[in-house]
Amino acid sequence: MSKHVLERLQARFADQVEETHSNQGDDTAYVKRDKLVELLTFLRDDAELAFNLPVDLTVVDWYQKREPRFEVVYHLYSTTKKHRVRLKVRVDEDDARVPSSFPVWPGFDWFEREAWDLYGVRFEGHPNHTRIMMWEGFEGHPLRKDYPINKRQPLTTLLGEQK
Amino acid sequence: MGLEGQLTGTFVGTRLSDALNWARKYSLFQYPFVTACCGMEFMATACSHYDISRFGAEIPRFSPRQADLLFVVGTVSHKLAPVLRKVYDQMCDPKWVVAFGACASSGGFYDNYCTVQGIDTIIPVDVYIPGCPPRPEQVLDALMMLQEKIQAEPLEKQA
Amino acid sequence: MSEILIETEGGDLDSAPMNLQMGPSHPAMHGTIKMRVKLDGEIVQKTQVEVGYLHRGFEKSCESVTWSQVMPYTDRLNYVSPLCNNVGYCMAVEKLIGVRATERCEYIRIIMAESSRICDHLTCVGASAMELGGFTAFLYAIEAREELWRLTETVTGARLTHSYCRIGGLKDDLPVDFLPNYRVVEKKARSLVADIRALLDRNRIFLDRMKDVGSMTAERALQWGFTGPVLRSTGSDYDVRKASPYMLYDRFDFEVPVGTKGDNYDRYLVRMEEIEQSFRIIDQCLKQMKPGPVNLEDGRLLLPPKDEVYGSIEGTIAHFKIIMDGIQVPPGEVYSYSEAGNGELGFYLVSTGEGRPYKCRVRPPCWSLMQGLHELLEGYQIADIVPTFGSVNMIGGECDR
Repeated sequence: MSKHVLERLQARFADQVEETHSNQGDDTAYVKRDKLVELLTFLRDDAELAFNLPVDLTVVDWYQKREPRFEVVYHLYSTTKKHRVRLKVRVDEDDARVPSSFPVWPGFDWFEREAWDLYGVRFEGHPNHTRIMMWEGFEGHPLRKDYPINKRQPLTTLLGEQK
Repeated sequence: MGLEGQLTGTFVGTRLSDALNWARKYSLFQYPFVTACCGMEFMATACSHYDISRFGAEIPRFSPRQADLLFVVGTVSHKLAPVLRKVYDQMCDPKWVVAFGACASSGGFYDNYCTVQGIDTIIPVDVYIPGCPPRPEQVLDALMMLQEKIQAEPLEKQA
Repeated sequence: MSEILIETEGGDLDSAPMNLQMGPSHPAMHGTIKMRVKLDGEIVQKTQVEVGYLHRGFEKSCESVTWSQVMPYTDRLNYVSPLCNNVGYCMAVEKLIGVRATERCEYIRIIMAESSRICDHLTCVGASAMELGGFTAFLYAIEAREELWRLTETVTGARLTHSYCRIGGLKDDLPVDFLPNYRVVEKKARSLVADIRALLDRNRIFLDRMKDVGSMTAERALQWGFTGPVLRSTGSDYDVRKASPYMLYDRFDFEVPVGTKGDNYDRYLVRMEEIEQSFRIIDQCLKQMKPGPVNLEDGRLLLPPKDEVYGSIEGTIAHFKIIMDGIQVPPGEVYSYSEAGNGELGFYLVSTGEGRPYKCRVRPPCWSLMQGLHELLEGYQIADIVPTFGSVNMIGGECDR
């Protein structure tokens, strides 16, 4: 993949980009969260970058393997320039919040809700910051590595159990 | 108990019970509670090639008040469990439940935080169909098993 | 009896919007979606779509099994076109390892993926027609799908949840009588598709229900992250097979149908045209394919042949290690994308060098479609919810995972 996306990003936001790589052909940039919305707006509006398709947003939980614990991963694509980029924002467990990208593209709306529901990372400024897969009242964030896979929280009384 | 109680065990009672059960088993109105992949095989069973209609069970009734056979097709999650319970409670007697597929029977291979490990933990089940997804021939076999079960129901149970 | 009608102020009856809940168990909600709808008479003012009723823990389950054992879970994502998911996942793992499958394997993967895509579009169109009252079109579509499933069963062993692909290859080569069987199936399926088009394309009722309903502009669709036939119906021609050709798609001559208005009718036409293009691609595959191996000669990835497993110590140990520990995928991360039935299906895999995935994320095309669905519904009538939702082709297994 061409590196000019990363070069242009670094030229404009040199203080926000921590490191970059292009392993397996995927251009990746580790960025800080301070000016995230401005950075995403630049990626969308710049004539040479023109990232118009929000592709994916997810979180990787490096529980006990790396600090900081969470990495919020954004994937973007440009249908006109046909290039992709991956952005990663690292956040601590105690301060797991990131500005919401809703002002830039509405297309990360449910992705951010899912990340909150399953990982517990807050997206500040999201218009509807509620759970989406699990129900309100579910305790915990199931995709975190310290949530046991079999810990069920049934919503109805099971037959054979009497309340 | 009304008239049925007095007829139990008599000649008229058994003939009546046979006739009622015959009518019931060949006119099942199904409520397809379709959630997941098994729904595709359910569609295939209901369509022209495998044709569930020759068993009298073609018509889906999407109101629980009008249905008597609840086909739970596919995985039921804990979020959906109260809905299933409500639908079952709203159905009128006589009613039967078929757990269609491995996920409805036992949770399938989704042994995790969000899947109900078998709908028989929520509602009573009459026939289980294993398979992921079951072939339409299995579904028809299960339907015939259910029909035998219906035919064998005694009169006092129906009172 | 003299004053039956009471004049209210302004001459209109007082009315308040009604809140209606549709689903999650509802015939039109393919699977389990809940929609809260605020109605002003028949017009939908506001919709709130709620999902998550089929959340089955795909990601969490994948983290506790080996790389090869993830395959059946991927089948059950978009369960109407399972081979597209299989192929997408295998491509992702192979990209992470740094290998590429053999040429014959890629041809076969393309044939099976395209036939899965045809099944997906047939189911969508058939179900849409049924919900509008055109039951015959549904029966024809399911019959065509049955033919394809019977063919797929001879190749993969299963009608629906195939798990046909393996990391580094396939379960098996095509059967020797595949080509004549395919020609019979193709003829029947093509004639059924032609019948469906004859029934629906210029059907007055179908046109009235589907035309100019559920429109969206291309720019707005891109902002929401739409991909696939829904995006292409709005005018954008983004198709992963053309934009970033993967496997052998750059060798084929096929077109990408693009709509203009982004309404339900355009989505229907785009899908029917894509069926035709998929048949074209399969034809070209069958002409270009040459005999050769389907599996890579790599002992780290694929199980050794059975006579070695039972006949030699190395074979037994290799078999044991691959099954119990899993394939040793080097540490790293990768995002691999392909064109599935609904759009760009992405797999974001993170590996720490073990035999199990550290993270196996699916980028489901339906997720983006569903978050923007409310814009397609608001302003139209409640009866338009059914065809619009049907034409978006939400598949619960992929949306909720």
